[in-house]
Amino acid sequence: MSSHTRVPAGQETAMKYLLMITVNSDTLAAMSADELRAVDAGHEAFAGPLRESGELVGFAALADPSNSTTVAVRDGVPAVTDGPYAESTEFLAGFYVVDCESAERAGELAALIPDARLTAVEVRPVMVESGLEM
Amino acid sequence: VTASAGTEDLLRELAPQVLGALVRRYGHSDACEDAVQEALLAASQQWPQDGTPDHPRGWLITVASRRLTDQLRSEEARRRREETVYNLEPDHDAEVPEADDTLTLLFMCCHPELSPPSQVALTLRAVGGLTTAQIAKAFLVPEATMAQRISRAKQRIKATGATFQLPPDAERSDRLRVVLQVLYLIFNEGYTATSGPDLQRVELATEAIRLTRMMHRLLPHDGEVAGLLALMLLTDSRRAARTRADGTLVPLADQDRDLWDRAAIAEGVELITETLARSTIGPYQLQAAIAAIHSEAPSADETDWPQILALYRVLERLAPNPMVTLNHAVALAMVEGPQAGLDLLATLDDDSRVARHHRLDAVRAHLQEMAGDVAAARTSYRAAARRTTSLPEQRYLEAKAARLSG
Repeated sequence: MSSHTRVPAGQETAMKYLLMITVNSDTLAAMSADELRAVDAGHEAFAGPLRESGELVGFAALADPSNSTTVAVRDGVPAVTDGPYAESTEFLAGFYVVDCESAERAGELAALIPDARLTAVEVRPVMVESGLEM
Repeated sequence: VTASAGTEDLLRELAPQVLGALVRRYGHSDACEDAVQEALLAASQQWPQDGTPDHPRGWLITVASRRLTDQLRSEEARRRREETVYNLEPDHDAEVPEADDTLTLLFMCCHPELSPPSQVALTLRAVGGLTTAQIAKAFLVPEATMAQRISRAKQRIKATGATFQLPPDAERSDRLRVVLQVLYLIFNEGYTATSGPDLQRVELATEAIRLTRMMHRLLPHDGEVAGLLALMLLTDSRRAARTRADGTLVPLADQDRDLWDRAAIAEGVELITETLARSTIGPYQLQAAIAAIHSEAPSADETDWPQILALYRVLERLAPNPMVTLNHAVALAMVEGPQAGLDLLATLDDDSRVARHHRLDAVRAHLQEMAGDVAAARTSYRAAARRTTSLPEQRYLEAKAARLSG
C-alpha cells in the first residue's frame, strides 16, 4: 500500500530545480584568500558526486554585476545602461540546475553548497511545458 | 536505418528477452546492452532483405553473444575484464522460459533501492531498448546526465548483491507494485507532454503501454496489471482531445468526444470489465473503472456521477491518498452539490502532503465557481496559477481567473 499512498508531486518522475547562489559583497570582501579557496573547493566537492549521480544538468559562475549591462526597450528603442538592473550588496553569483526526484532532495542539495553557510541558496522549480487536464 | 514495421515490432518484443539471456550468462553491463543494440541493428538491416530467420530470438542471442565476446576479448587487452563485466552466478541447469527473463529484467530495473527517476531510466534503457540519447531527450536532460544516472543505477543494483532471478514469492507482490508504479510514471511523463518542444515525449506513453501490455501477457491473471493497462488505454484515448493545436489544455467536460480514440476505449472497457469480474479489486482497477465510466458517457452531462462517486469511496478506503480525495470531492460535488465537495476539500487543508499543491486550489476554485462564489473562485484560480510548475496549467488557470473578472 505504501507505494500508492505517495503523492506524485506533479506526476513527474523528476523535476528540474534552479539552485541560485546569492552572495553578499560585504561578506565576500571580508573573506581571506584561504576562505575563498575553501569555497571553491567546496563547489568541486559538491559538483562531483552530483555529476556521478546523474542529477547535474548544468551550472555557471557569473561575473561580478559591475560587468553587467542592462537593456530595456521602450517604444521600440533599446536603451543600454552599464551596471545591473537593481543595485544591491546581495546578488546572484552563480547557479546549478539539478534534475532530481523531489523538492526535498533539491533542498538537501542546496544545503551542500558552500555558500549556503555564508549567505543563502534559493531553490526554485523550473516550469515544464506539459500539464494535466484539469 | 529503416526496418519494416513488422520487423520493428518483433525486435522491440525480443529485445528484453535477448538482453535477459545475455545478462543471465554474462552479468549485466553496458557491454551487454551495446551488444544487444548491435544485434538489433544488424537484424533491422538484414531481416527485411533476407527474410526473418526461423528462430529470431536465437539468432539475436547468438549475434549479440558473439559481439559481446568479441568486445570483451579486445577490451581485455587494454584493461581488466572485471571492470567491464561482473559475473553473476550462471544458471546453466535450469531451463528458464524466455518470458521469465523479461520479467526478471523488469523486476531488476525497478529495484526498490533505486530512486524513481533511476528506475524509470533503467527500465526504458534495458527493457524498452531505447538508447540513452533517446531517454535523455525525452526527459530534457543532457545525455551525459542520463548516462550517469543509468550507470549509477546499475552500480546500485550490483551493490545490493541482487542476482538475476525472480524475486522470492514473499516479496513478489510488493516488487510487482513498484514495477507497475514505474510503468505508470513513464506513462504520465508521456501523457502530460504537449505539443511543441516536448513532442517526442509522447512516445513515452506509447512505450509505457507497450511494456504494460507485455507484462499483461506475461501475467495474464494479475488484476492490477490488467487494471493498469486498461487505465492507460482509457486515459490515452483522450489524448487528441485534451489539448488544442496551440497547446492549451481542454478540461474533460469541454473535450470534443468525437476526437476520442474509440478503439482504445473499446479495448480498455472490455479489459477492465472482464478483470473486475474475476480478480481481487485493486487501486488501478478502480481508477480504470472510473475512467471507463467517463469514456462511455455520450456527453459530459450524461456522466454517471453516482457510480463514479461510489467507486471513489471504495478507492479512498482501499488506497487513501490526498490526490484521490481531490477527485472524490469533485464527484461528491457533482452528486450532492458543490458545498459537499468543498467540505471534503477542507479536510485536506492541514494535510502537509497536499496543502500547498496547486491542484487543491484548482479543484477548490472549480467548486467555488460551481457554487456561484465568483470572487472566491477567482482568488483560488489565481492561487493555483501561482503554485503550478506547469506552463500550460498556469495559462489555463490564469484564463479561468480572468474570465471570472469580466
